[in-house]
Amino acid sequence: MPSYDISYTQRGLGRSAEAQPDRVTMRLLIIEDDRDAADYLVKAFREVGHVADAATDGEDGLAMALDGEYDVLIVDRMLPKRDGLAVIGELRKKRIETPALILSALGQVDDRVKGLRAGGDDYLPKPYSFSELLARVEVLSRRRGGRNEETELRVGDLHLDRLSHLVRRGEEEITLQPREFRLLEYLMKHAGQVVTRTMLLENVWDYHFDPQTNVIDVHISRLRSKIDKGFAQPLLHTVRGAGYMIRDGAR
Amino acid sequence: MNQASPVNEKASRSFSALGKLFRTTTFKLTLVYLTVFALFAVALLGYFALNTRRLITEQITDTVNAEITGLSEQYRLGGIRRLVLTVDARARRPGSSLYLVTTFNGDTLAGNVTALPSGVLESNGWIETPYRRLDETEAATQPNHIALVRVFQLPGGFRILVGRDLEERERLYDIVLAAGRWSVALVIVLGLGGGLFVTRRVLRRVDAMTETSRSIMAGDLGERLPVDGTGDELDRLAENLNIMLERIEALMHGLKEVSDNIAHDLKTPLTRLRNRTEEALRTAKSEGEYRAALEGTIEESDGLIRTFNALLMIARAESGQARDDMVEFDAADVARDVGELYEPLADEKGIALKVDADVPAMLKGNRDLVSQAVANLVDNAIKYCVSPDRSADAPPLEIVVRAANEGDRVLLTVADNGPGIPEADRARALERFVRLEQSRSLPGSGLGLSLAAAVARLHGGELTLADNAPGLKSVIALPRAGPLQMAG
Repeated sequence: MPSYDISYTQRGLGRSAEAQPDRVTMRLLIIEDDRDAADYLVKAFREVGHVADAATDGEDGLAMALDGEYDVLIVDRMLPKRDGLAVIGELRKKRIETPALILSALGQVDDRVKGLRAGGDDYLPKPYSFSELLARVEVLSRRRGGRNEETELRVGDLHLDRLSHLVRRGEEEITLQPREFRLLEYLMKHAGQVVTRTMLLENVWDYHFDPQTNVIDVHISRLRSKIDKGFAQPLLHTVRGAGYMIRDGAR
Repeated sequence: MNQASPVNEKASRSFSALGKLFRTTTFKLTLVYLTVFALFAVALLGYFALNTRRLITEQITDTVNAEITGLSEQYRLGGIRRLVLTVDARARRPGSSLYLVTTFNGDTLAGNVTALPSGVLESNGWIETPYRRLDETEAATQPNHIALVRVFQLPGGFRILVGRDLEERERLYDIVLAAGRWSVALVIVLGLGGGLFVTRRVLRRVDAMTETSRSIMAGDLGERLPVDGTGDELDRLAENLNIMLERIEALMHGLKEVSDNIAHDLKTPLTRLRNRTEEALRTAKSEGEYRAALEGTIEESDGLIRTFNALLMIARAESGQARDDMVEFDAADVARDVGELYEPLADEKGIALKVDADVPAMLKGNRDLVSQAVANLVDNAIKYCVSPDRSADAPPLEIVVRAANEGDRVLLTVADNGPGIPEADRARALERFVRLEQSRSLPGSGLGLSLAAAVARLHGGELTLADNAPGLKSVIALPRAGPLQMAG
């Protein structure tokens, strides 16, 4: 089983240059009142090559978000002076559509719905792992690229036609179950990005709970046996400590 | 709120006991009714008195008119002589009317009336006047009687006066007035007395309730409000409050249980986490060893987070918070989706996972929670139906996820043909954190079944474990949505 090791401790040490996903430098704003947590995030994002600023209350955060050109906002739900949802609501009212990820200690289903309704683009309950946060932030920043509109997705010699639901690897046609198709579609839409198990569960299955056993791994290995088996170049990689990534390794 | 010392407070409390009585709703209501009844009595008696007075006056005028007609007839027939004779005769009868016949210059010719004020005889028609009977002594007639009289001019200058005493009328009037006074007084006394009695009774019960609720607030959740069994509104209030207290007590008990369990079951892995970190600091030599220790730490804390999340979820389901986002959905969809999610995992373990959900079975609830409950049951079934001491010739392992309608309920069933759970252990298996002996080695928080049970309860249903002969059958029975449910 091919395994890319980019768990954040290693990335921090900068040892796995050849295993880095396609990474473009992002400008991030972290609005979080716990200074330790904010510092940790700023440092961690800088270590993986992004630029991160931090604000410690809602007012400052809103001012900075209005001023600066950020790719993604990371907003804590409960902030002094101005609540996180209010900050996002205010930005959206001013037609600033910077993707925002909400961090919350509450972490319940209805709380998540409230967050998304207020204009948030993703929601992550505390405590979170940095690799989960990083994966989600990278997907959010890329969302603006408009990959959603493409009708054909392509990774290496793997083709997926979103209209005819046909999947091809090289010349060989691959038959997938509907759910496998959606799984592959999601992975390919975010090709070159780490996709976590929770993200898959949320986006492919629409479940917002944590199954006790890692059922996703089995689905992935089934998918892998269909698209990678018998080919010299594996495309679907496991990113240890984080999730999965589909990527053309030949480049 | 009150900064007064306890002693002062006590004194002022007994001082204001009466004030408290007067401030009660019952007492105010009593006062309102009292006023209404008193006014009613006054109005009734007043009406009665006025009418009686009018009737008596009418009777008098009728009698007097008839007599005058009769007397003028006598005068017409027999002149003044006959009139005088007739009047004399009539005036002497006991209880007679009042008569007076005079000449044109006012000299009395006949009659039984004297001491009329001057001017009475000069008037014409009806007049109320004081008088004295001729047969009474002057002293005995102080004060004078009052009579209603009519003076009539006869041809030839004579005048006749006929009247009747008004004493009867006044006496009746006085009687009615006295009755009025008495009845109003009686209404007020009885009303106030009754009001005070009822108020004090109600106040006593409310005070008892207040006392009990104080002691409940002070922390004794086992106390209940007194119910005296009359089934009145206070009883119903007390009964409902008692039900509420029961619920609160159950919730508090659950909360205590949760915190006890958290203390117990989170401390164990936390201790393990700490020991492992400490040990790494003490003994690790190479970077690889440190790395392994740190990775173990993350893994351990992930497990902790998972347990913590499950506990929160259960607490949330049990407190009924998730009731907000209830929608209608098809349990058959849930069964199919969960089956599809777990099918590869079951397959990997050599278990055939089948879904039997062809008929729509509508539920109203939190879809995510119900899905999670079914997922937990399937997860459990996959974990526990492979037993190490399985004989080689046993039938192939199978798990069936089923959604079906049964009466006004929807049954979500997960059945396996594994070893099952002995009947004696089934109730215990539903408790939090309980992991039956044979499963200690398997991963999991021991909260899966508790969560499923909490979700079932949240939706007004229940989770039962039954024998699948062989194997375990877990059934989540939930009230069905739609018209059938209305009956239940």
